[in-house]
Amino acid sequence: MRAALILGALLSGLALIGALVSFLWTPADVTQLAIAQKLLPPSGQHWLGTDHFGRDMLSMIMVGARISIAVALVAVGIGMGFGVPLGLLAAARGGWLDEVVMRGNDLVFAFPSLVIAILITAALGPSALNAIIAIGIFNIPVFARVTRGGALPIWTLDYIRAAQVAGKGATRISIQHILPNIANLLIVQGTIQFSLGILAEAGLSYVGLGAQPPTPSWGRMLAEAQTMVALAPHVAIIPGLAIVVTVLGLNLLGDGLRDALDPRLRRSP
Amino acid sequence: MLRYVIRRLISLGLSLLLASALIFSVVELVPGDPASFMLGTGAQPETLAALRQQMGLDLPLPLRYLHWLGGVATGDLGHSFTYKTPVAGMILDRMQVSLPLALLALVLAAAVALPIGMFAAARRGRAGDTAVMATVQIGIALPNFWFAMLLVLLFAVNLRWLPAGGFPGWDHPAAALKSLLLPAAALALPQAAILARVLRSALVDTLGQDYIRTARAKGLSAGQALRRHALRNALIPVLTILGMQFSFLLAGAIIIENVFYLPGLGRLIFQAITQRDLIVVQGAVLVLVAAVILVTFLVDLSYALADPRLRA
Repeated sequence: MRAALILGALLSGLALIGALVSFLWTPADVTQLAIAQKLLPPSGQHWLGTDHFGRDMLSMIMVGARISIAVALVAVGIGMGFGVPLGLLAAARGGWLDEVVMRGNDLVFAFPSLVIAILITAALGPSALNAIIAIGIFNIPVFARVTRGGALPIWTLDYIRAAQVAGKGATRISIQHILPNIANLLIVQGTIQFSLGILAEAGLSYVGLGAQPPTPSWGRMLAEAQTMVALAPHVAIIPGLAIVVTVLGLNLLGDGLRDALDPRLRRSP
Repeated sequence: MLRYVIRRLISLGLSLLLASALIFSVVELVPGDPASFMLGTGAQPETLAALRQQMGLDLPLPLRYLHWLGGVATGDLGHSFTYKTPVAGMILDRMQVSLPLALLALVLAAAVALPIGMFAAARRGRAGDTAVMATVQIGIALPNFWFAMLLVLLFAVNLRWLPAGGFPGWDHPAAALKSLLLPAAALALPQAAILARVLRSALVDTLGQDYIRTARAKGLSAGQALRRHALRNALIPVLTILGMQFSFLLAGAIIIENVFYLPGLGRLIFQAITQRDLIVVQGAVLVLVAAVILVTFLVDLSYALADPRLRA
């Protein structure tokens, strides 16, 4: 499935490039309101039209990509940063520690990320940072589970025995031998969680629990467009398309990477 | 089997207890206590102290937790700070919208996913399979609230077949069902896409089994073998996923209810957050999480019923 990999990289790359370019240049200034030019359909001057404040939609989408990518990326970082060591530990030690880590995971799984976000926002107030924390916390058990599941079979292999006999401790074995062998799994899971993070961020911003005005974000653009759906469908359709294209790209990328990185699926040359 | 059930019941109790402690402590972390919020900034210190005492806010944290837990056990979730009505009653009211919505979505998702998954599995590796699976990929990438807006644009604004939002109440069953149709469809589609994918791969796995070859050898057509033998065996992973999806469905319903202005649990939570009515947030979140934990428990149990190897 080489095609999935390439198409996925292309589609998800669009958002990344848009976000990066937006730091240097956008077609128009997103802080500039021009009410006279509000809700214009796509045209030569405004490729994707304008929103209810007359802001250029393409520029808004580009700047909005920043927050989506930042939130999802940091949330994946949190999930990996805590989840991978927990999973390695659970696999290495087994016994009651394994039980505690896994039951703790079950508990976090019982809180859908949106519910975690609601609790956090109820306590700390809505912000992009709290959205990151909420999505990040949800990612921890995901990575812990994948890491533990990948590590357990490796611990039974002969070369791990050999390393133990050679006097290596569980921590060193985990880092030097287990981790490189499950890196594939983690990369693929990371891509999937990244795409889920983008969806979650959009949902949180949509209900007002994510990035706050005036920071442009895809979810909030949709929330603001909702009352204008009948008047100017493009303001509702374009941010949604941006989300779909990015998430679809990441999912394809994840599928493609899984096939490309899994030696068992690789066809002999 | 009995020992397995007892072990699972103990772990269910522990999960519920831990979840309740977690929810309680997060809400307790909030700066400013409910008494001062209820009385406003101009309140006399004596009145404030009296209300604190009346609400039990002067007790130490563990005692307050036990007090709250005792209430929860008897179905008393406290009184809303804003409306002064019992929280449990408010939640029950809202459940009359949220529960039918989630169930309708679940049924729709299964109804869409089943034929699609079977179709793709029957034509695995061929053009029909590829086309269906590509569509499924797009379905998975759709944010449900955006799909909801597109549905409103098409069916409410342009075609005027269904209402764009609101809920007439169950006194008008037909109208009520009609107003739940678009929200349920919006919730169901991404779940249907995931389900279809799981069903397809489960079916493709079972279709490679020896007993399918035997079934074909004794004269069943490919379609008959799929329906009579493969489908039943592939349903176990599908049921598991369906159970897991329940938690996504509940969370998704929170957002979708806001798109369609449905007076369900999700709207209640958001209204409570904006009014800083934390006791309502606490109660509603507790009910949501308890529902997820219970469904997971039931799925585990039904799994063990279907497969004796898992009872160890």
